[in-house]
Amino acid sequence: MLEITCPWCGPRDETEFDYGGEAHIDRPKDPDKLTDEAWAEYLFMRKNPKGPHLERWMHACGCRRWFNVRRDTFTHEITAVYRMGEKPPGDGA
Amino acid sequence: MSRQVNRRPEGGRIDRDRSLGFTFNGRRYTGFAGDTLASALLANGVMLVGRSFKFHRPRGIFSCGAEEPNAIVQLGAGARTEPNLRATQIELFEGLEAASVNCWPSVEFDAGAVSDWFSRLMPAGFYYKTFMWPARFWPQYEYVIRHAAGLGRAPAEKDPDRYEKFHVHCDVLVAGGGPAGLAAAFAAGRSGARVILADEHSEFGGALLGLGAGIGGKPAIEWVESTVGKLRGMAEVRLLPRSTVFGYYDHNDLGIAERVTDHLGPAAPPGPPRQRLWKVRAKQVVLAAGAHERPLVFADNDRPGVMLASAAQAYVNRYAVRPGERAVVVTNNDSAYQVALDLDDAGVKVAALVDLRPAPEGPLADALRDRGIDVLGGRAVVATSGGRRVDAVEVGRLNDDADRIVGGTRRINCDLVCVSGGWNPAVHLFSQSRGKLRFDAAGACFTPGDSYQAERSAGACNGAFRLADCLAQGLAAGAAAARDAGFRKGRAPAAPKAPEPEAAPLRAVWRIPLPGDRARGAKQFVDLQHDVTAADVALAAREGYAAVEHLKRYTTTGMGTDQGKTSNVNALGILGQVTGTDIAGVGATTFRPPYTPVGYGLLAGRDVDHLFDPARRTPMHAWHESVGAVFEDVGQWKRAWYYPRGAESMRAAVDRECLAVRNSVGIVDASTLGKIDVQGADALELLNRVYTNAWDTLKPGRCRYGLMLGEDGMLFDDGVTSCLGENHYHMTTTTGGAERVLAWLEQWLQTEWPRLKVYLTSVTTHWAVAAIQGPNARRLLAELCDDVDLGAFPFMSWRDGTVAGIPARIFRVSFSGELSYEINVPSSLGVALWQALMTAGARYGITPYGTEAMLVLRAEKGYVVVGHDTDGTVTPQDLGMDWIVSKKKKDFLGKRSFARSDTARPDRKHLVGLLTEDPREVVPEGSQIVEEVRPAPPMPMGGHVTSSYWSAALGRSIAMALLVNGRNRHGETVTISLPDRNVRAAVTKPVFYDPEGEKLRA
Amino acid sequence: MPETYPRQGALDHLRLDARAVDDPGDAGVVMCARRFVGKVNLRGRPTKRFREAAGGALGFAPPVKPNTAAGAGGVSALWLGPDEWLIVTPPGREGEVIEGLRARLGGQHAAVTDVSEGRAVIGLAGPRAREVLMKGCPLDLHPRAFKAGDCAQSTLARALVIVHQTSDAPAYDVYVERSFADYLWRWLEDAATEYGLAVIRG
Repeated sequence: MLEITCPWCGPRDETEFDYGGEAHIDRPKDPDKLTDEAWAEYLFMRKNPKGPHLERWMHACGCRRWFNVRRDTFTHEITAVYRMGEKPPGDGA
Repeated sequence: MSRQVNRRPEGGRIDRDRSLGFTFNGRRYTGFAGDTLASALLANGVMLVGRSFKFHRPRGIFSCGAEEPNAIVQLGAGARTEPNLRATQIELFEGLEAASVNCWPSVEFDAGAVSDWFSRLMPAGFYYKTFMWPARFWPQYEYVIRHAAGLGRAPAEKDPDRYEKFHVHCDVLVAGGGPAGLAAAFAAGRSGARVILADEHSEFGGALLGLGAGIGGKPAIEWVESTVGKLRGMAEVRLLPRSTVFGYYDHNDLGIAERVTDHLGPAAPPGPPRQRLWKVRAKQVVLAAGAHERPLVFADNDRPGVMLASAAQAYVNRYAVRPGERAVVVTNNDSAYQVALDLDDAGVKVAALVDLRPAPEGPLADALRDRGIDVLGGRAVVATSGGRRVDAVEVGRLNDDADRIVGGTRRINCDLVCVSGGWNPAVHLFSQSRGKLRFDAAGACFTPGDSYQAERSAGACNGAFRLADCLAQGLAAGAAAARDAGFRKGRAPAAPKAPEPEAAPLRAVWRIPLPGDRARGAKQFVDLQHDVTAADVALAAREGYAAVEHLKRYTTTGMGTDQGKTSNVNALGILGQVTGTDIAGVGATTFRPPYTPVGYGLLAGRDVDHLFDPARRTPMHAWHESVGAVFEDVGQWKRAWYYPRGAESMRAAVDRECLAVRNSVGIVDASTLGKIDVQGADALELLNRVYTNAWDTLKPGRCRYGLMLGEDGMLFDDGVTSCLGENHYHMTTTTGGAERVLAWLEQWLQTEWPRLKVYLTSVTTHWAVAAIQGPNARRLLAELCDDVDLGAFPFMSWRDGTVAGIPARIFRVSFSGELSYEINVPSSLGVALWQALMTAGARYGITPYGTEAMLVLRAEKGYVVVGHDTDGTVTPQDLGMDWIVSKKKKDFLGKRSFARSDTARPDRKHLVGLLTEDPREVVPEGSQIVEEVRPAPPMPMGGHVTSSYWSAALGRSIAMALLVNGRNRHGETVTISLPDRNVRAAVTKPVFYDPEGEKLRA
Repeated sequence: MPETYPRQGALDHLRLDARAVDDPGDAGVVMCARRFVGKVNLRGRPTKRFREAAGGALGFAPPVKPNTAAGAGGVSALWLGPDEWLIVTPPGREGEVIEGLRARLGGQHAAVTDVSEGRAVIGLAGPRAREVLMKGCPLDLHPRAFKAGDCAQSTLARALVIVHQTSDAPAYDVYVERSFADYLWRWLEDAATEYGLAVIRG
């Protein structure tokens, strides 16, 4: 079981968190102007890398805050935790 | 009752004043407190303890610990019986009952042993090759295989014992309490760190308990006792004996299985649990798991009486048991020399020490020779003879390449063969932590390489086999771990002296060659538990299964309850030889948790029976119980399903409840509906973004129904939201969607719309909700409420008022199509409100109704239930609910997806009503609608029935379905295919009762 | 006239009063149901203006340090999130707290919501109370990590809870959603049995 450091509450067991998938996918400003392909890109397409991944987690059993995590999907190593609205540290993924 | 014929007259860590009676395979024996089942059996002269898995060959006690492949027993009887326990780890208690697991009818005469005669026909991959074809015979094969190969049996009764869990955090977890582990715990503990020291044995000390070694000029056991004493004095050190660190998971999450009262058997006190699962999050881990001695692979090396040398040593020293009368010790390294000396001290005649190395020298060899014990260098035991126990070994001379026996062989009579093929560090936990193993050529073993997690290995599990090195590594690792965990105080204490003679290098010979005259037929076992021989490994490699993971699965070597603790490295060594690479090139299989088997009871803990899952109760739950309601599970909620009167059937009760609502008044507990308080300057904006319809015109005092969609345009939840005042709304969700909707809204607010000024607060359980529904609902409410003008209280509005003297918020909304009021009061007053309504409603025949009647009533009106009539692939348009989708709003969640080609298709599945031709026929929900009836499936599918009920109000069945192009097929007849017949039904609009909604607005 | 009807606490159906003792003696664990504790959910970004306004109403400022509680005069504020607190009041005083907060916070982006009836409170004390929590709660409750005045939201058994340590003795108040109260009480009671359990009045 992973240990994830909530930016507010500190390190907690993975069971306290909900996973929110890939981070930094902004909702298009004007969806009606998008082609079907572009909308599908936003809706369905995800990077799914083997390696570092910027993703969202929510401290569901704690402060209910969403935040971002950089986690290696292969090693599970968590190399960064940062709040909503913040840029990923360093070179991102 | 037999005498303990093999017990030494004195010594050992047993309590001779506490004699314990036990039975094995139905025979009664006695042992002493401090014995294991294995040591007690050996004391009683019992060596034969089981039959092998495939060939049913006789097998004896082979080790004295967790690595035991043979002495696997069924412990206890009845509800407490437990299969596949290692006799070498079961502490003896009074009244213990155990039996061999893999023999029939008895361990002495096993009918399955005939399979040994045909063993030439059961090579590696036998099961794969033989039983896979033809496929239809598999059930018969499976029966035979399972019957022949059963390892123990699970209890049929409920487990009567308690199992506990503890979540703990620590700075340093030390796994293993031998010399290295004790030293590590001591060094870490004195820094003030929170330390857990876990060891699988009943007492700390590890190998020192079975050795006559010395530390600091005193017997090692004195150092053990003094160190344990110091650890006990440290407030932040937790000592866990009888506790196996069985799993090493991500981020230093480890599992420990503590056997709290197993060793007491029936005498266990009633308070504490039988076992306790420790879920540990450790900042740092020190692995000090020791090492397992490796057997040698020679012909018939499985005969009872063949035993690991260190095990024989532990039996004579720790348990004061002579495992045989006349021993031959065979070794490729120095460690067995001391074994021979200890056996001799214990009165076991050592017939010879056979050393694979050409010229054994040094003080230990001299000591043996001084005692008149033959030391035979450059030779090996090539085979054994005997029946149910070894009676002699054949010894031959190895050539320089160790691939041939040169000259003749010599027979030496013995009843005990002590083997040592070197040592395998117990790297299981290290490997589980995803650390990389490396091959140590000098020790011919795998040792920990690069670490993956915050962990370090010390002592024998790190390839350090000399006591002084174990102590030094333990102290250093403990101190470093504490330092890395933030405890800067102190350095590693100086290691005490533990003199040992310098060790000579071992001679790795993975497979002892057979004498030239016996090239075939002899079995050289690699894996004793799974009956895998050296020939099987070679065959697998020849057939292409030369990768280690393939070899394991094809031959089953390394599988089973022992997971190959004694066999893996030998199998890899032989594979390396056969494939012409070396063992380092072959690599090792991955170790997975658990280190030793863990019972289900331990993992389940107390999450059983009524604590298996929370039962959520509404404030009125006890009332429903008191009138005999039958409950159904809705998520974790217990909701009243129906309220049978006397012997009334469910159908009769539901009919009665439905008719009461249609004709007079019913009352339903709606407390479970999700409720969210929405406040803030942008509350209205939020509603507009997440619901499909427009909310700008909703005035205080009014309510509106809304649909929420996912961004894919599919229905996600629905509910009524009411305007409480400026910038203040009360949102309701489905019962099952309460948490999901709140999380969904929070996600949008926090991640995408952080500038919206809205706060959401769950008030689901703050309110108790009683809904009164039916034509008499207003009359009933009027009797209890005089501060709300019920005449000016239209459908889809709400009022604050007082009901039966209780401050209430009343919503005029309806899920039944009847005149209806949902009365919300603070939860603590729910019962008071309910009882007042029941009392006042008596004159109207007020009828409590459950979720089943609620579902019938809504289906009569064609109201959908999200998740019942929808499944995540359904749009509002599919449901015919275009009326609630705003055409004017520029955007809302899911809107763009309406224009996707698949969503915009005109021939999607649409919600329709179904009326069966036979009005009495209630088809099961989930039934398939077929477009064409054929004699057998597959048939072209048209959709499925989502809701189906008997409607008492209509006197016939009603159903709803999702049907391809259904909206355009009203009036058609379709066929519903049931397993035994076909049912025809007319497609209709999904509204069956009061289609104009006159009753609703009355 | 709500007083005309008896209010029902979330655990009243267990008839704990009938089992309550005056002196828990050497019980390892002491439990009680705290009935009708007032609870108010407070939301707002903890700006100086917000903290002054809230502090003016409560008599103390809501804590900004995560996982801590503050209090005065029988009222306490438990940190739930960076813009969320649970204000806990003695029974019956939630109304005045709500009015006070709303009056002072007028004009600010804040929310004050009565959630008194939404959660039950179970008091847990005694020398083995910490071990009872350790059986089902993944928090680090060791005195070095969690002390009197600390509070945290987490899971206990299969329920979401707020654990508030009220004394170093130790003693805890465990907040759980009302519908889960029956389950959690039974779970705690089962967990406490091996240490000896005494039930006292809330």
